[in-house]
Amino acid sequence: MLLGFLAGLGRAVLRACQEVGGLALFALEALSHLVRPPFHGRQFLRHFIEVAYFSLPVVALTALFTGMVLALQSYTGFARFNAQSAVASVVALSVTRELGPVLAGLMVAGRIGAAMAAELGTMRVTDQIDALTTLSTDPMKYLVAPRLLAATLALPLLVLVADIIGVMGGYLVGTAKLGFVSAAFLDSTWDVLETMDVVSGLVKAAVFGFVIALMGCWCGYRSRGGAQGVGMATTSAVVLASILILALDYVVTEAFFAQ
Amino acid sequence: MTLTVTLEGVCKSFAGKTVLEGVDIAVPASSSLVVLGGSGSGKSVMLKCILGLITPDAGRILIDGRDVAAMSRRERAALMDRIGMLFQNGALFDSLPVWENVCFKLLAQKRITRRGARDKAAEVLAQVGLAASVGDLSPAELSGGMQKWVALARAVAAAPDLLFFDEPTTGLDPIMGAVIDGLIVDCVQRLGATAISITHDMASARRIGQRAAMIYKGRIVWDGPAASLGQTGNAMVDQFARGEREGPISMELRR
Repeated sequence: MLLGFLAGLGRAVLRACQEVGGLALFALEALSHLVRPPFHGRQFLRHFIEVAYFSLPVVALTALFTGMVLALQSYTGFARFNAQSAVASVVALSVTRELGPVLAGLMVAGRIGAAMAAELGTMRVTDQIDALTTLSTDPMKYLVAPRLLAATLALPLLVLVADIIGVMGGYLVGTAKLGFVSAAFLDSTWDVLETMDVVSGLVKAAVFGFVIALMGCWCGYRSRGGAQGVGMATTSAVVLASILILALDYVVTEAFFAQ
Repeated sequence: MTLTVTLEGVCKSFAGKTVLEGVDIAVPASSSLVVLGGSGSGKSVMLKCILGLITPDAGRILIDGRDVAAMSRRERAALMDRIGMLFQNGALFDSLPVWENVCFKLLAQKRITRRGARDKAAEVLAQVGLAASVGDLSPAELSGGMQKWVALARAVAAAPDLLFFDEPTTGLDPIMGAVIDGLIVDCVQRLGATAISITHDMASARRIGQRAAMIYKGRIVWDGPAASLGQTGNAMVDQFARGEREGPISMELRR
């Protein structure tokens, strides 16, 4: 019985190693296509617009309400310690360092990661990926590399907008509901923010963008078994990207701010 | 210059299940071979092996006398430039209009500008009997038969030397199937290309093939003139050609 358990454990570990290795090779091959011509600029542009422009409403709304809730929650919490004046600082730091990139990442994972997995998965099960090969086009170069680059470059832009809108949400609640003076709230926000706060958030966004596209492409590219396989690929892409976003959030935070 | 295709002892298994068990066949230049076989007999896997989409476990695939497995990435890409393929379900790209689908290879090889591609697509679509206006539609707006036509136009647009047709008439009514077969024969003759088709439609096999071969349980069990299908003297092929329930194939299935 113990041997059976150990054998099962060993198989699971080997399978996990195989998956991680496969994912690493997939990512390296896709990255290598970013520096080797020909380049598919039209594909890149299409996906960049899809990620950066069409994700804007959902990311903006998320950021706005997050900033508003954050101001309200921190005000009621800090009132217990007579520290209400810290609301502006807390909103600015929380949004730029943490909530902006993480929430935008999770939203984009749900929207874009799922779409990438579904599109590539459908292309796989309907032979469109094989067709690309027969049409003298490397599927990794045409399908995967432009998506990786587009998401990696687009997410920082989205997060920059989310940062501004999130702080604005806090400002709206702070001035309209909590009685803060407009100039004082903005001064507080401006004083507490340092370049590194914003930069760290943007770096996180780029990492998250890469991970979202990578998981979307990886799961979609190797999907099998018709509609059910595409559905599973889509679910896996969103779940894996979301978990990796949260895990990598810690890693990047540690890299930037650990003493 | 058209290409020859030779398979020598090609074997392929998936998760312990043997699909190809030593396939040997040679297709001379400018000839048309039809490979027959039931579902799961290994026809599509054989085709994907020749195309390099699947790597065989053993054996050699020679195209124009050169081993495909020994080719560099660049050589294989150059070979792919000379190949056209019609997929069973068309495999048209949903995100692109018909004209861009048809000229995809020419655009990928930069043999044509995007402006010139529209005119070229209209020309190729006309060759398969479609109006130029079809070029502006998306594949989702086309019927199954029209998708096959467009897929055929895409396969021949770059004037390949070697053409593959995967179940060209599957899912089509008999008249539409005959039309597609006629177009395939016309295109192959016009290009002077070598053609390999796989099908289980006997009428289609007789129309498009000069030679036919039957694959059964991963092996080529018969190879001869396509016109003789039904009277080959091979019990398996004749049973398959006549669609009879009783015979060596059903005997095998009962075990």
